[in-house]
Amino acid sequence: MQFTLNGSDVNVDAPPAARLLDVLRHECRLTGTKEGCGEGECGACTVLIDGDPVCSCLVPFSQVENAAVMTIEGLGDDHPLQHLFMNEVGAQCGICTPGMIMAALAIGNEPTIDDIKNALAGNLCRCTGYGAIYRAIFKWRQQRAVAGGKIDA
Amino acid sequence: MQTVQAVGTSVTRKDGIGKATGRAKYADDLSFPGMLHGRTIRSTIARGIVRKISFDSDPTGFTIVDHRDIPGRNIVDLIEQDQPFLVEREVRHMAEPLLLVAHEDPEKLLAASVAVEYEAQPPLLDAERSEGILKRIDIVKGDVESALASADVIVEGVYRTGHQEHVYIETNGVIAVPEDGGVAVYGSLQCPFYVIKALKCLLGANTHVRVIQTETGGGFGGKEEYPSMIAGHAALLALKSGRPVKIIYDRVEDMVATTKRHPSVVRHRTGVTRDGRIVAMDVDVLLDGGAYVTLSPVVLSRGCIHAAGAYRCENTRIVGRAVFTNTPPNGAFRGFGAPQTEFAVEVHIDRIAETLGMDPVTLREINALRPGDTTATGQRLREDTSARAVLDEAVRRTDFHRKREAYQGTNRAIGLSLFYHGAGFTGSGERQLNSRARLELTPTGVRIAVGSTEIGQGTRTMHAQIVADALGIPYETIEVAQPDTARVADSGPTVASRTCMVVGKILQECALDMRERLGRMSPEEYHGKYGAFSIERKYEPPEWIQWDDHTYRGDAYATFAWGCDVAELELDPETYEVRPIRLTAVQEFGRPIHPALAKGQIEGGTAQGLGYALLERVVMRDGAMANAQLTNYVIPTTLDTPELDVVMLENPYQDGPFGAKGLGELPMDGPAPAIVNALRHLGLDVREIPATPELIAQCSSR
Repeated sequence: MQFTLNGSDVNVDAPPAARLLDVLRHECRLTGTKEGCGEGECGACTVLIDGDPVCSCLVPFSQVENAAVMTIEGLGDDHPLQHLFMNEVGAQCGICTPGMIMAALAIGNEPTIDDIKNALAGNLCRCTGYGAIYRAIFKWRQQRAVAGGKIDA
Repeated sequence: MQTVQAVGTSVTRKDGIGKATGRAKYADDLSFPGMLHGRTIRSTIARGIVRKISFDSDPTGFTIVDHRDIPGRNIVDLIEQDQPFLVEREVRHMAEPLLLVAHEDPEKLLAASVAVEYEAQPPLLDAERSEGILKRIDIVKGDVESALASADVIVEGVYRTGHQEHVYIETNGVIAVPEDGGVAVYGSLQCPFYVIKALKCLLGANTHVRVIQTETGGGFGGKEEYPSMIAGHAALLALKSGRPVKIIYDRVEDMVATTKRHPSVVRHRTGVTRDGRIVAMDVDVLLDGGAYVTLSPVVLSRGCIHAAGAYRCENTRIVGRAVFTNTPPNGAFRGFGAPQTEFAVEVHIDRIAETLGMDPVTLREINALRPGDTTATGQRLREDTSARAVLDEAVRRTDFHRKREAYQGTNRAIGLSLFYHGAGFTGSGERQLNSRARLELTPTGVRIAVGSTEIGQGTRTMHAQIVADALGIPYETIEVAQPDTARVADSGPTVASRTCMVVGKILQECALDMRERLGRMSPEEYHGKYGAFSIERKYEPPEWIQWDDHTYRGDAYATFAWGCDVAELELDPETYEVRPIRLTAVQEFGRPIHPALAKGQIEGGTAQGLGYALLERVVMRDGAMANAQLTNYVIPTTLDTPELDVVMLENPYQDGPFGAKGLGELPMDGPAPAIVNALRHLGLDVREIPATPELIAQCSSR
C-alpha cells in the first residue's frame, strides 16, 4: 500500500486491519513511536497524519493509504523542539516524549497555556507534571516568532 | 586544570537527545534473531488449588514451561523466600503465574488456549480482617499512656488510603537471550543486581546470568522487585527453547498482575495541651501486603518511622502491621510507606488544630521538629533540619493566612502539609548493602561504571556532574556505562532516594582518588602515557549512625529532606469535582546537583501526589483490579494538573556529594494531605483518599 512516510513515498505490505503503530514499528522498523496503552488513552503512539496528531494504535493501516504520515524520525536530529525538550528536561524517562513532541507540533502560533494544555490533553506523562514540557513549547513558539515562523518548517 | 563547574547548573542531560529523537532503545524496541514471544498464563481465581492445566491448542512451534522445568529453586528470592515463579499447587491471588508459553508468531501465541481446573477456596480480601501478620514493628519512646492520661485534649481518628498504580508509560518488559549456557536478560528495570540474585536462585548458582538494563520508561518503584519475576519467566522460556524470548506486558496485564502501592489504615490517638503542644502520639499502622511478603516489611518500616510526622513528641508509640490478603502483592512505590502514614498524620494535625480552635500553621509552628529534637526512634536531628524553614517560606509565599481568611465561606480553599523523608536505606541498611562504585579511565576521559539505573530521574547526568567536578574535568568528557551486571560495580538498588546521595558520594570519592593519581595530568595524557586504570570504592556511611534493628531505636536515616506543600483549589458545589488551582511545593533536599532535574522531580512527584489524592482509584473486584485500563484508571492529564510552583531551599548535608540529600521520594509525601486539608477548609471532613466526587458527596451529606 502506498503512502508518504516522513516525506518519502513508500509502498508497504501489511494487513489492512493491522494497527498503524505496529506497521510503523515492525514493517517500517521505526521504533521511535511507542505503545503505552493500546487504547488511545496515553498518546505515546501519536503521529501526524496529514498534519493532524492521532494515536497510531487506533488507526487501521488501510486508513493511511495515500496519506502523509510523520513520525518522530521524520524530524531528524536537529529540530528546535527536540533540543528544547532536552534542555528544559521536558523528557525524563522519555517514553512519552516522541508522542508528546508530535502532538506539540500541531500547536498554533502564540499559544496560551490553555491552548497547550488542550493540545496535549491526550498525551500522558507520568514523570514531569508537564511543567517542563510547557516551558519547552513556550520557548519554541517564542523562537519561531522571532525567526518569522521559519525555523521549524 | 580549570573547568566550568557542572554541579549546580542544568547541564544537558546525557540521555536527552536519544529520548527527544526517538532513538533511545527501550525493551520492546529490541529484537534478536530467532526471537520468540512469551506469554504468561495466570490464575483466574484468588485462592485455591490447581487441579489440572491443559494446553488445548496444536503444540507445534510452542515452547511450554511449567514449574517442573525450573532447574533451581521455584522462589523469587527477596526478603523472604515465599513467592514462586510459577504456581505448583496453591493459588494465593488473582493473576498469579501458572504456565509460560512462547511462540514466534504473537498472534498464534495470543490464540493459544489453556484450560485450568481449580478447587477454589474463599479468598481473604479485607486486610482489616486478616490475621496473617507478615511483619510487625513497634517503635516506643517515653510513656504514651501516662502522657495521654495527663493531656488536656485527646484527638482520635482513622485515615485510609487506597492502592495506587504506578502507570509508568512503558509497561514491564524483558528479553532473555541464551548466552554461555545461561542467559542474558535485557529489560526495563530499576535494580539489575536484584534480578541477578533472583535468576541465580531460579536457575542454579553456577548458571551464567547477566542482566542489562535497557532504556527504562519510568519506574517509580514499580520496576524495583517485579522485574525479577518477568525476567525469570523469560529466562525459563529461553533456556527451554534455546532461543531469545521477549515478554512485554500489555497495559491490562501490567495493571492486573504487577505491584501497587499498599493500601493503609492508620489510627491516631494524640494528646495535646490546650496551648497546642503535642505530648503523646499513639499510632497504629496497617498495610495490606497482598499474597506474598515481597518488600512489605521494609515498606512498613519506612511507613512507621515517618508515622509521627515532622513533629516533636516525647511520648510516642507506633505499632505497625503488614498483613496477608489474597490480592496481588503490593510493593515499592515512590515514598515506600511514607505517603500513607504522612497523609494520616497531616490530616490528623489539621483535625487537632480544628479541635483546639487553633490555626493549622500555628499548631505546626509550635511542634515542628528543630535541630536537637529527637524523632520517634530517638534520632537526634542535626543542623540540616528544615521543618520550620519550609513551613515559613510556604506560608509566606502563598500568602496563606490572608487566603485562608478570604476564602472562608466561598467554594475556594487552601490547605497545607508539612512532611519529611529519610534518604537512603533505613538504619543499618546502607551498611549491609555495602554498595560499590567504579570509575574507569578511558582514552578520552572517564567512564562511570555503576549498576544504578537511569529511569528518567537523571542518574547518568547527576553522577557525571559529581564526577566531573570532583575530578576537575569537563562534564562532557564523562561517559556513563549502560548498567550491565558483567561490567559495572554493584552500587545497590536504584530506590530509596539513594542514587544521588549515596552512590553519588561513592563516585565523588572515587573521583577524588583518581584525581590524586592523575596528578597534574589530564585523563587523556595519563592514559596515553600509562594506560587505563580504574578505581573502585565502597560506601562508608557516616560513623555516627547508630541503629538497633531489634528495638527500632537510633538513627533511622543519615539525613532527612523536608517539604511543605500548599494546595489551593475550588470545589464544584454541584458535581463535587475538585479543581486544583495551584500547588506550591517548598522543599529542602540539601543542594540540587542539577536544578532543572531536581525541579522535574518535585513537579512530577507533586503531580503523582495530586493523582493519589483525587483521581487514582483502583477498584478491586474478587481480588483483581477491575479498572485495569487507562480509560478508567485516571492519572493526571495536562487538564488535571494545575500550576506547580516549586521552591528549592538549600541546607547542605555535610556527608552528601556537594551537600546533596536524597530527593526522589519526598515530593510524593505532601500533596495528598495538603489537598485534603484544603477540603477540610471547605468544611468537608475527608479522612480518606482518593477523594473522588462520590466520597466528597458522602462527606458533604454527613
